[in-house]
Amino acid sequence: MGAFLLKRISSLFEDIGERFFYLMETSGYTILLLLECLYYLKNLFSKGREIMKHMYVAGVKSLLVCSIVALFTGMILALQAGIEFAVYGQQAMVGNLVIASMTREMGPFTTAIILTASVGSSMAAEIGTMKVSEEIDALEMMSISPVKFLVMPRVVALSIMLPVVSVYTTALGTLGGGIVANYQLNVTWDVYYAHVLESLKFKDTYVGLFKAFVNGVVISGVSCSEGLRASNGAMGVGKATRSSVVTSFLMVLILGYYITSIFYGRQM
Amino acid sequence: MILFDDVSRAFNGRVVLNHVSFEVEKGETFVIIGQSGTGKTVTLKHIAGLLEPDSGDVIVSGKRMNGASRRVREELRNRMGVVFQSGALINWMTVGDNVALPMVEHKMYKKDEIDKRVDKYLGILHLLEAKDRMPADISGGMRKRASLARVLVKNPEIILYDEPTSGLDPVMSCLISELIRQMQRDYGVTSVVVTHDMNSAYQIADRIAMLYRGEIIQCDVPEKIKHSDNPIVSQFVNGELSGPIRVY
Repeated sequence: MGAFLLKRISSLFEDIGERFFYLMETSGYTILLLLECLYYLKNLFSKGREIMKHMYVAGVKSLLVCSIVALFTGMILALQAGIEFAVYGQQAMVGNLVIASMTREMGPFTTAIILTASVGSSMAAEIGTMKVSEEIDALEMMSISPVKFLVMPRVVALSIMLPVVSVYTTALGTLGGGIVANYQLNVTWDVYYAHVLESLKFKDTYVGLFKAFVNGVVISGVSCSEGLRASNGAMGVGKATRSSVVTSFLMVLILGYYITSIFYGRQM
Repeated sequence: MILFDDVSRAFNGRVVLNHVSFEVEKGETFVIIGQSGTGKTVTLKHIAGLLEPDSGDVIVSGKRMNGASRRVREELRNRMGVVFQSGALINWMTVGDNVALPMVEHKMYKKDEIDKRVDKYLGILHLLEAKDRMPADISGGMRKRASLARVLVKNPEIILYDEPTSGLDPVMSCLISELIRQMQRDYGVTSVVVTHDMNSAYQIADRIAMLYRGEIIQCDVPEKIKHSDNPIVSQFVNGELSGPIRVY
């Protein structure tokens, strides 16, 4: 019994150790990949067409789902806050809350989640498939850097498009909040709009945009890194895709907290 | 030209190459035969610098490929090409764009010249009608020929072929074999070919080496391989069920 327990405990520690080293290896690989991307920014203009193609996929093709999610996020925020504010007769304050939440957090966050699930996962799957079908090896044999050819255009496209789409989701979320304020909380459009403008701060805007930019770099970096390390055929591609989504979600949340803490932590 | 010096390599504890040594002369066509899983492709990937050996050295054109810096590796790779087993064409590019890829990325020629070269090599490999088609829309054999065209446009000194004739009909297989021969005859290209196709091997090889359980058990001219005294080689080249190679 004692020996069995000891074996289980040692296997648990082995598992934890293995996961820890995998995490370290993944982080190191992704950071090096992003640094190499920085180096290849010198080829930005020659890869213009590729970048535009990925920007189109990340922006235009995600617009419908972003619109729906943003609209309903704003509506939920307004309704939840409005119910509480109504107790004190302060329904008009929903405008302040919706715009502050959307610009600081919800806009960049919801955009990051949508683009992780749609664009990030497809990046990991696409590059992973190329890896297992020897296309990456073929690129290397032609002395074409996979980072320059595949990773850099994707990272640039997503780090430009995430802030752009984030502005769009923030605007649409604010509109959603306005619809609820107007039709369910009896706040007129004029009053709602005045409160929105009152709480629309320059700092919130640039912090939100910065967050969106960081999310774009992280999602594309993690997705490409997972794809490039895929192995073992279709199963490996599936594993890389799943891992890219999970890691990106976690990184968006963790970095979101730290960015907020850096910019707003001293206000407390 | 290529020196494989006492190379060993294991994957997850399973030894795939066990102290393998051979040398390929400049302009020679060296064929590696053997059962599936004996390390033929692994050998090729070591020469290409896509895998690192656990021990031993891989010397290409007098420079050590294993452990080489990126600059040296790229310099060596610019002088060689690999025809992968699956073709390894970039799946979102047309056949023509795939063939043009190395020339476009390295800005080797002007656009008109690139187009001319693409048409020339697609023509040689009877692929002109597939120029604007996507890799997913063509057959496996066509993909392999397109992959060969992509290698040929670079004018490489060394070409590594991974199963160049598998999946091709006998006529197309003969064409590829003849092309490998022609590359050696006309341009002095050094080739290392991994194949199961013994007809093709006899047609193109200057020397044939047989890999068995991670070791080279015989390396000789085609005629001697054909009539080998080694029971393993004899069973393999004649495709017999009975013999020392256990089939199941």
